[in-house]
Amino acid sequence: MRQTQTVGRSVQRKEGREKLTGQARYVDDLTFPNMLHGVTVRSSIPRGRIKKIHFEHGVPWGEFTIVKASDIQGSNHVALILKDQPFLAEELINHCEEAVVLLAHPDKHLLEKARKLVGIETDPLPPVFTIEEALAGKQIIWGADNVFKAYRVEKGDLDSVWAKADRVIEAEYETGAQEQLYIENNGMIAVANPQDGVTVWGSMQCPYYVHKGLLPLFNLPQEKIRVIQTETGGGFGGKEEYPTLLAGHAALLAWKSGRPVKMIYDRAEDMVATTKRHPSRTRHRTAVSKDGKLIGMEIEFNIDGGAYATLSSVVLSRGTIHSAGPYFCPHVRVISRAVATNSPPHGAFRGFGAPQSLFALERHMDHVARELGLEPDEFRRRNFLREGLTTATSQLIREKVDLSGLLDHALEKSDYHAKRERFARENPGSSVKKGIGFATFLHGGGFTGSGEKTLASVVGVEATPHGQVRVLAASTEIGQGTNTIFSQIAADALKLPYEQLEVAQPDTAHVPNSGPTVASRTVMVVGKLVETAAVALRDLLIGAGLLPAEYSPEQFRQACAGYIEKFGQLRANSQYKQPPNIEWDDEKYQGDAYGAFSWAVYVAEVSVDTVTWETHVDDFVALQEVGRVMNPILAAGQIEGGVAQGIGYALYENVVWKDGRMANGQMTNYIMPTSMDLASIRVFFEENPYSYGPSGAKGIGELPLDGPAPAILNAVENATGLKVRKIPLMPEVLMQEAKRGAHV
Amino acid sequence: MRAYLPDYEMITAPSLQGALEVLARGEFRPFAGGTDLMVLFEAGKLSHHKWLSIWGLDELRGIRVEAAHIAMGALTTYSQIQRDATVQAEFPLLIEAARLTGAIAIQNRGTLGGNIVNASPAADSPPALLVYEAELELVSCVGGKIVSRWVSYRDFHTGYKSTLLKKGELLRTIRLPRTLGAEKGWVQHYRKVGTRKAQAISKICIAAAARVEGAKITDARIALGSVAPVPMRCLKTEAYLRGKDLGLAASWMGEARAVIASEISPIDDIRSNADYRRGVTQNLLEEFVKKLSSGSTR
Repeated sequence: MRQTQTVGRSVQRKEGREKLTGQARYVDDLTFPNMLHGVTVRSSIPRGRIKKIHFEHGVPWGEFTIVKASDIQGSNHVALILKDQPFLAEELINHCEEAVVLLAHPDKHLLEKARKLVGIETDPLPPVFTIEEALAGKQIIWGADNVFKAYRVEKGDLDSVWAKADRVIEAEYETGAQEQLYIENNGMIAVANPQDGVTVWGSMQCPYYVHKGLLPLFNLPQEKIRVIQTETGGGFGGKEEYPTLLAGHAALLAWKSGRPVKMIYDRAEDMVATTKRHPSRTRHRTAVSKDGKLIGMEIEFNIDGGAYATLSSVVLSRGTIHSAGPYFCPHVRVISRAVATNSPPHGAFRGFGAPQSLFALERHMDHVARELGLEPDEFRRRNFLREGLTTATSQLIREKVDLSGLLDHALEKSDYHAKRERFARENPGSSVKKGIGFATFLHGGGFTGSGEKTLASVVGVEATPHGQVRVLAASTEIGQGTNTIFSQIAADALKLPYEQLEVAQPDTAHVPNSGPTVASRTVMVVGKLVETAAVALRDLLIGAGLLPAEYSPEQFRQACAGYIEKFGQLRANSQYKQPPNIEWDDEKYQGDAYGAFSWAVYVAEVSVDTVTWETHVDDFVALQEVGRVMNPILAAGQIEGGVAQGIGYALYENVVWKDGRMANGQMTNYIMPTSMDLASIRVFFEENPYSYGPSGAKGIGELPLDGPAPAILNAVENATGLKVRKIPLMPEVLMQEAKRGAHV
Repeated sequence: MRAYLPDYEMITAPSLQGALEVLARGEFRPFAGGTDLMVLFEAGKLSHHKWLSIWGLDELRGIRVEAAHIAMGALTTYSQIQRDATVQAEFPLLIEAARLTGAIAIQNRGTLGGNIVNASPAADSPPALLVYEAELELVSCVGGKIVSRWVSYRDFHTGYKSTLLKKGELLRTIRLPRTLGAEKGWVQHYRKVGTRKAQAISKICIAAAARVEGAKITDARIALGSVAPVPMRCLKTEAYLRGKDLGLAASWMGEARAVIASEISPIDDIRSNADYRRGVTQNLLEEFVKKLSSGSTR
């Protein structure tokens, strides 16, 4: 009996009932016998040398477990890409939230009192706070030149185009930091002792990153480190690398005290101390012909990485590759750098460098169009990538791409042309100026270049004698729907009812390394492995002569029971194999950067109140082609949530820096939009199945953060004539621009 | 929670008199809805440690409608204000202020009296109360008796976070004269410019009322929040507006904008900056005058 397909249907979330009824257990819901609580004492200056640490009277210090850098038995660095970030500062302080001392005690309230009684005496050194200061190199705070990583992309012969160009148009763009603001703050519990090794439970995206990070810290064999993901309340990239540091801290306290230790950040600590989106500066110099063709693009893209390298090189890579967008240009040069400053390290945030460079590009495309006297849509149409053309990294587009069609549909759904005409007519008589603008963009799914090949991810699928099937992967459910989608994929591959599928809790002792939960790769890359492993499991049963080619769930159950009786265990694994034709040159930064791109056109309609210079998004059309849509409700939720975060990025979320420290680390003053500030977000999908994704799916998670900011600022310019090239666009900035008379 | 709870003490009193007796000793401070104090407590920044909860004192609750006034107990919450029919009919600025304060949970717990004595220049209700020329009853316990005195709210704020309230004194009643509702021709206006549309602290807040006869402004009251160390009445601007012909507004608007800018002393802070506050204050005044010209009332 053939079951109804689940892919393409909005089946119920696997863990939805537990979350809705409050039964889901997050790390702070867990308690262990004899457990201590742990807190972090941080530096208070952005840069300097530690002279002395003293403990003032006021608490019974004898009851506390105290860990300093000197207590670390292994290597005091967070293993990720480079080894520059210590778990605890030894001598040098490089940002004002650097962990220096860890404290543990049974009474978590007394810990707060104790935390204030630890004095860190320092000799300050001159700090560096901006990209410009870092590049000027007056103070060298990292390596030889304050540069974590630099890339150079060369396509064609850019130097030859300037003389031939009809116009050369230049401008600079800037984006700010952004806090992820997942609902659940970072938290971790550790049990650690010489007999059992180290086990941590916590909120995280990437259990195997934490595993890798704890190995050198404790200098233990692999099997002595175990990492278990607890139910996780959102990540957005903010729990990609930071949990490694926190896991290390909890484990160090647990090791020294011999007792379980729980560390849970409050919102204020989570906001000021953990990673945020990299601020960026982009300079575009663009050569165009009279007829509106791009003939040369020179792009300088710089990001502020904060005090340590963390993931900056990878964020920079994605931002660099996306910086020329969904356009064909024969001659391109991108020069990019990630630089060091004395602020807490910036890290992964949904979009991962692409929202920064695409903001610059999509604002610049409107700018160039205006300079040429072309409509923004017409100028883009003349330059869109399509099948047979190449991207900035010379990646040949092999799949059907119809950006002009997507643009037509998005403009139609937003009534763009009629509104543009109406606003132009009505704005002069009104104190509220209305405008409409859009952005066209792409987002590559999966790791960049040869990243997926290097990761070589593995997924397992196992079955019980009752025919219950379980997916084994380290890919985490963090609210985005991993459990549901993996179950859908495996159910369809095995032709079983969705209810018969489950997903194992990620635990490095039991699940294979399917790679990190990042880069819009969970469905497109890991989902494909789930599909392959499920098919392999079915083929085992068919191969063993226990299952016919067409079968019912009951026949499947009997086959599982028979197989397990005979062979003891029923499990199949699948490992990543690169699709054919992918060639990437990491030296020259040329070749096939991503297996597949998702494509989108976002249209924003805004009103700008010239009394207060506040901008409100009135309507938002998000139209995208993401391959096959696996679960319409989850997919629409991803887009709506991403657009909401994008609206926050564009108009509200302003990290106020004061001497390298976030001064507005509270939700009262770091403003994320509420439902009253958001537009109706209208989501549309067009489907063009990708040959190497499960059921044709591509990446979706990060895409929706790339488009809102440029679309909104293009709309603001349409409304007011003000050419703001910086986000967040606060009313204060817009008023200042209006005063300056920056009108066209 | 960053405060160490055992370091704090909270007591209650059985009656207003009992509470005043405790306060008279000077050791304890009053704790009403707690919506401001709990934020400080959570952040470990509540420096005073001894608190007297007055939440249970029902004699400080309720809205009484009298012939010439309405009298609100200091513990009246924003939610209660929004539900009261007389306030709705005659004091729309206060309704707006209550509606725009915090979230619903805050409106259920936060009190008008607390909003006044907390003395934040960014509070939402003070500009409305200033326009309505509120009077405050301050009570204390002297020789075992409750002693009461009335002060004009306009004089209450004496500097940043400082007020006329003496040690041992408690705000009992907020009284609003029913003038604007009774007299004809008053146009009322409230606008909070917050950091977002809800759950926001104001960058600038204006409450205003003006009486228009024909095309002439015969009286005006304008109050602002977040543009000075205290919530303020703009007396110079009011004087400037009195007698002005709305038909000629284009000719004097520039001057009116200059007058209001001269009265305020905004600063740069975490939410906004002085330039913006000055510019938008001027725009808000202009918007109010335009509303008067268009003859719309609310």
